[in-house]
Amino acid sequence: MAVKSQLCSVWVGSETGILKGVSLSKKQAFNFCEMSCLTRDQEVCTMAWGDPHETEVLIGCLNGRVKTFSTEKGIFTESRECGDLSQGRFTGLAVMDSSLITCVESGLLKVWNEGSSNTAEINVGTGVCRMRQNPSQRHHVATGGKENPLKLWDLQRPDKSIFTAKNVANDWLDLRVPVWVRDIAFIQDSNKIVTCTGHHQVRVYDPSSPQRRPVLETQYGEYPLTTLSLPADQASVVVGNTHGQLAILDLRKGLVRGCIKGLAGGVRGLQCHPSLPVLASCGLDRFLRVHSLKDRTLQHKVYMKSRLNCVLLSSRDLELLWLHIPQSWPAKPKLPLITKRGVCAFFGVQGLYISGSNLPVSSQSSVSCKAGTADPGGPEVTVPASAPAWKILPWLLLAVWWN
Amino acid sequence: MTKMVTRKHFSDTHTTNTKNKVKKTMKRQKPFQEPVDNGSVEESESAGSSFPPTFSLSTIKNKQRRHLMFMKLKQEKRKQKLELRKKRKKERDALGDKAPPKDVPKTIENQRVYDETTVDPEDEEVAFDEGTDEFSAYFNKLTNPKVLITTSDRPRGRTVRFCEQLATVIPNAHVYYRRGLALKRIIPQCVSRNFTYLMVINEDRKVPNGMVLCHLPDGPTAHFKVSSVRLRKEMKRRGKDPTEHHPEVILNNFSTRLGHSIGRMFAALFPHDPHFVGRQVATFHNQRDFIFFRFHRYIFKNEKRVGIQELGPRFTLKLRSLQKGTFDSKFGEYEWVHKRHEMDSSRRKFHL
Repeated sequence: MAVKSQLCSVWVGSETGILKGVSLSKKQAFNFCEMSCLTRDQEVCTMAWGDPHETEVLIGCLNGRVKTFSTEKGIFTESRECGDLSQGRFTGLAVMDSSLITCVESGLLKVWNEGSSNTAEINVGTGVCRMRQNPSQRHHVATGGKENPLKLWDLQRPDKSIFTAKNVANDWLDLRVPVWVRDIAFIQDSNKIVTCTGHHQVRVYDPSSPQRRPVLETQYGEYPLTTLSLPADQASVVVGNTHGQLAILDLRKGLVRGCIKGLAGGVRGLQCHPSLPVLASCGLDRFLRVHSLKDRTLQHKVYMKSRLNCVLLSSRDLELLWLHIPQSWPAKPKLPLITKRGVCAFFGVQGLYISGSNLPVSSQSSVSCKAGTADPGGPEVTVPASAPAWKILPWLLLAVWWN
Repeated sequence: MTKMVTRKHFSDTHTTNTKNKVKKTMKRQKPFQEPVDNGSVEESESAGSSFPPTFSLSTIKNKQRRHLMFMKLKQEKRKQKLELRKKRKKERDALGDKAPPKDVPKTIENQRVYDETTVDPEDEEVAFDEGTDEFSAYFNKLTNPKVLITTSDRPRGRTVRFCEQLATVIPNAHVYYRRGLALKRIIPQCVSRNFTYLMVINEDRKVPNGMVLCHLPDGPTAHFKVSSVRLRKEMKRRGKDPTEHHPEVILNNFSTRLGHSIGRMFAALFPHDPHFVGRQVATFHNQRDFIFFRFHRYIFKNEKRVGIQELGPRFTLKLRSLQKGTFDSKFGEYEWVHKRHEMDSSRRKFHL
């Protein structure tokens, strides 16, 4: 189980309550669940990473339980009761400094602290469809829903929202434009927020500007947009709608850059890789698809037997670098060998598996790497991430020459 | 006019002469061209794509001559094929018992691209999914089917008769006139009156051409294209009208996951317990993504032979979309949508 979960780079939650892990290099999908006690009210509503190192997956279920799954051990380690069926489905899960933030459809946003001390509660309004956390400022949270405009909350001052969006002006028939925020995302390196609505509109808001109306508004298609995701390069956004149409929109002018073909059912989950131009999408047609954003072609397609609700991409580099090195090399390298991005090379094993992570590597943190899949339970060595890049080059060159 | 008549006689012979002449000229020309053409044609046939490029039929500008050459080519090919077949038959007869078994001819169903969503009967996950989906209430015998059949607004005679005949085929079905009501308003009323299915036959140009089948409490909605509708009086050698007995249901060839969902949708239209006394059977046969509906009455003449009479209407369906939830074409989520340019590019790939 642990072996299988360590291989997986994409995690998918399904309507039957099964957490599925997919290893794209091996083209295999694994089910992680207790098969005997499966019920429909364990349907996975949202998923989130439990920690910045992406070793824990938090799963919000329909019956109000939040389960923690450890990717290293391959089992569900924890399960907490965070609400019940009467309050509605989970619409967002987030983690802030070891406390859990949950939001349900009825509008109750709760911060659960460790050790079950008093929980902070905010009522964000009824009919919430999505709650998202700002990845750079973790105490800022945005919510939105049906007839519930976009609101930005600061969890340290929970009485009033920092920013509430104002509805756009009446349309050309002088009728009020209905509000239905389906998904929200925070644009990196700026204050702006992108939302997609059930009335096929994509809007960009800027809380730092004096206007509360959207800075940019575009429309795509004729069907409700269900999810969106921001790719690594700025100024574009990928949206998906209920008809299975995926489009890349440009955020500078609001035009369609291109469409991604292949999906047959409504898109339920969408995520772009933080650094590679890769997009994972899952939906009601029971397939997980991985597309490349550069040429919009399909890279991988995996059949999962249940309808899928959410997808999580790990930020490990999906391209694995293989270096075959014979046994005679020393097990521990003499110099600490870590590049800026955290890639470290290992010697002394049959096959080498270099994995990278794009996490900001501080001087104190360490990155662990594993020996290759020929020996999955191989030695796990952690090396302090303090070596300059020039020291690694000779080792890598040596390794290539040896190969 | 008389001139014309005489001219006609003259022109008759003239034309025949000219025709003969044409033929003769053609024949004369043909042997002239033939050695060159045949030779080159044979060359091209034997060499495949020979270089330098030889004569091709498409370079002849004269349509009649080109047509004649093409006919000749086809006759040649047919002759060769026949010869080959005779040779093979002779060899087979000569070998007698030791002859190798005959090759299975390729059909589109044989060459079908394997669909990875084909359901494995022992799959636990799919079994759990099906056991707890929207039809589980019917398959666990908790509800009895009750069908409401209606049409698009202001239906014409053919559609009305089709709906009436459908109501005789499906037990516990009621036909109601549409009266321009919105489907989204009809659905809560049906739910409150314990209907389990809403079937809307869409009509275009006085002929039924579409069907929306909505499973009621909160079930999926399927939208089909209806074609080839034959009403009872148009059917040859049909039996007497169907009786009130519950028919048996046959679902053929629904192999993929999507096919399973649609198959279950059709199965839930009919009551659980078929009356074998009635000897009536409704068949939904899926072939190449088209679903053929037939309604028969059977009788066992002896242990090995069965006689069947076709009763009832006959039509074909093609799935256009399957939407999760009750009818909501604008805001509903689609589980499967038929996208012609993406899905119909291969003639060997089917989705049901």
